[in-house]
Amino acid sequence: MYLTKHSSMNGSKNRLYLLFGLLVMYLLLTVVTVFAQDVTDTEYRPFPGIGSRNAAWIAAQLHLLFGSFILGVPMFAVVIEFVGMKTKDKRYDKMAQEFIKLCMGAFSTTALMGGVLVFILIWCYPKVMNKLSGIFGPTMIFYVILFFGETFTLYLYSYGWDRMQGRVSKMWHLFLGVLLNVFGTAIMFVSNSWLTYQTSPAIMGSDHEPIPLHDESGAFIGTLWQAVNNYTWMPVNIHRLIGNIAFGGAIVGAYSAFRFLAAKTREDKAHYDWMGYTGNFIALCGLIPLPFAGYWLGREIYMFNNTMGINMMGSLFSWLFIIQAVMIGVLFIGANYYLWSGMTRIAGGERYARYRPYMIAIIVLSVAVWMTPRTLIMSPTELAAIGGPNHPLVGLFGLMTAKNTVVNLIILTTFLSFLFYRRSGKTPTVGWSKVGNIVIAAIVGLAVAAIVTIGIAGFKVASDFRVNVLTPIQVIIALAVMILVTIIDLIMYRKAMRSSEISWGQMTDRSQYVLILLAITFTSLMGLMGYARSGLREAWHIFGVMPDTSPDAHTPLLADAVNMISVIMVIFFALVGFIFWLGLWGDKKKEQQPSIEAEATTGDD
Amino acid sequence: MQRLSLFTKCLIIFVVLWLFLRFFIGSVWSVPLPASVISMYLGLILLAILVHVSVEDDRFREFLRPVKETLADDDRRTRRTVLFVLIPLVMLGLSFSRLSTKADPPAVLRTAHPAPPTELEYRDKVIGLTQEVENPFRHLEKDDTEAFKAHVDNGRRVYYQNCFYCHGDDLDGEGHFAHGFNPPPANFQDPGIIPNYQESFFFWRISKGGPGLPPAATPWDSAMPVWEDHLTEEEIWDVILFLSEYTGYRPRTFGEAAH
Repeated sequence: MYLTKHSSMNGSKNRLYLLFGLLVMYLLLTVVTVFAQDVTDTEYRPFPGIGSRNAAWIAAQLHLLFGSFILGVPMFAVVIEFVGMKTKDKRYDKMAQEFIKLCMGAFSTTALMGGVLVFILIWCYPKVMNKLSGIFGPTMIFYVILFFGETFTLYLYSYGWDRMQGRVSKMWHLFLGVLLNVFGTAIMFVSNSWLTYQTSPAIMGSDHEPIPLHDESGAFIGTLWQAVNNYTWMPVNIHRLIGNIAFGGAIVGAYSAFRFLAAKTREDKAHYDWMGYTGNFIALCGLIPLPFAGYWLGREIYMFNNTMGINMMGSLFSWLFIIQAVMIGVLFIGANYYLWSGMTRIAGGERYARYRPYMIAIIVLSVAVWMTPRTLIMSPTELAAIGGPNHPLVGLFGLMTAKNTVVNLIILTTFLSFLFYRRSGKTPTVGWSKVGNIVIAAIVGLAVAAIVTIGIAGFKVASDFRVNVLTPIQVIIALAVMILVTIIDLIMYRKAMRSSEISWGQMTDRSQYVLILLAITFTSLMGLMGYARSGLREAWHIFGVMPDTSPDAHTPLLADAVNMISVIMVIFFALVGFIFWLGLWGDKKKEQQPSIEAEATTGDD
Repeated sequence: MQRLSLFTKCLIIFVVLWLFLRFFIGSVWSVPLPASVISMYLGLILLAILVHVSVEDDRFREFLRPVKETLADDDRRTRRTVLFVLIPLVMLGLSFSRLSTKADPPAVLRTAHPAPPTELEYRDKVIGLTQEVENPFRHLEKDDTEAFKAHVDNGRRVYYQNCFYCHGDDLDGEGHFAHGFNPPPANFQDPGIIPNYQESFFFWRISKGGPGLPPAATPWDSAMPVWEDHLTEEEIWDVILFLSEYTGYRPRTFGEAAH
């Protein structure tokens, strides 16, 4: 009821925003080619006050954050809707609808930010845009078509939700959801091609070697498809695709936490607790494979250009990756904390509490290894005492073999947390449950031993063997264990006796603040990694082809970048907070409505 | 005997781990941990403790109970007074030690692995430094072992004539002059040195030395000489072969295994 009323209340407002955003996008994208073709002499124009680079940075990052949210949410919304249809549980359907409602609020802001970004780029960097539109012109038109496709599919999907509830029409509705994701993913892939081309304007040769797409004068000599399918396009596509799911889940989790903390009734608390749990679960599903996708992207950057790779992990941006380790540590600790808190709302969950200290120890020790830099920060006195920048013990933690090992351990521990959560309140009825548990413990124990042994061996072997053989084996072991244990656990608990129901709503406020912290950490992490991805080009608009000769061509210091990302994050959360508040505001209106109606009825009497 | 409260237990764990990091590691490896690492690890330990005590409401209340009692209960007045005097004094001492002038220069962020240029000029010859560039004598390892051994022997001669004064006779960075330099000379026995760099990287660093460090390699204070003024190109490639042969570590490659 609420959703229907609320949808209609905010519907016209959303439509207005959306139309305005579309209009801005259409106008700006239409003038790109025309405008850029006329400008050949002007290379740069200053942006008043904050400078061109900062203006483009803010607009691009905000566009990307909102874009990531609106691309990520429909992916799991359609899955949840499907689950609702299959289980005939209306709660899933309503939750998926609420997710999409959040999307609608963010969709218009994404379009607006995209419009602002295009405007800034055309105004401040006409020559760059001229070059890019010269190569990618047709894809830009394709992008506009896709954008229209996504907009109207989202319209139909969102506003047709209540109307399309019949058996056949539900299938059509699900089809619309899938179509929405197809459009959204295609949009991201197209825009990724532009920015990855700026980083790696080359294609991959048969021997993995980069083949440039420009001659020595800088003239483009490739085809449009080669420019699109450039060296780092697909790794970025996959990384962002998974990242969007994780980010979307985290923002939904934060929204639910916000609503949980503001909820006045037990029903509301239960509803938003469940929604927050789902958001965190989705974020975890994205978070677990994300390091693997990131590893692939990093490897491809090394293969494209060794200097760029070393700049990323060993030189210019290496300290950034220490901050990244801290942030990912916060994400995993936070996600586990939320799961452990969740077990307190299930009677029977306490039997797993005895494992918690060990799991905390494994995760924290692993995070400690992950965030230890290879070259330690030390005073000259400490340097002299240690005898070099690399400590004989913790200096080894700075090497990739140590870091890859602990990442796998963190992922496996998080998986176990989820396994325990799933088992809480259930008792298996199969006769072989004891043997099953022993087998699971043996599988996990052996896997941990194998991952650690391979990690230690990684210190001794040639680096290409480690990168191409040992690290993939570690990843395969971790993934295989998760799949195998899940299968055994599913069979073991298929006809399990549920000894107690989950008491939704009985969560600590602390756990809700953790959900908000996760969303903040995801956002700042995306900002930081965006800075690394873009900064890797150094003083080039298109790496090795088109130099950046603007006054802003320098690579900003990490401290400056962190300040800028923090400002962007504050703006983002202010906007997201506004969208969340709109949801609450609509609720208040809804609550007041019956009393007004009641008064009116009394008056008539 | 009265049982220890959860808060006291956590405090003891924290102090024991601090002592472990501060003194035990230093005495076992005879090398202490830098303050930056200790504070980072202590932060994580604190986080782990807080996570453990705050997951469940009952445990969290139990953890906070002595704190609340100390702050509010009448029979804890002495403890409260002592803490209210002690805590500001400790803070004062910490602030004083941080703000007081020290002879020790501040800690620096060193870029120990600068990115090499894609090519370098060596005595009017341009040498590419991309990942495809290999040591020109590396192929002899398979093709002509005698010739390869001759190059390694030549590298050994070059090393002990020029490099060992700083990098040490065991290639462990413990040469006669090593302790006079900041940063200290590279320790090639460290598993994180040779396997992490390509041979072309070593060629670049040896030939251009400290003065040839790129802008990103702050703080640009390496004492490594510019060896292109003293050694031939072949001698530099030979000494790189020797480093690898002596230590047993293979330099990073993008060889066939990479594909």
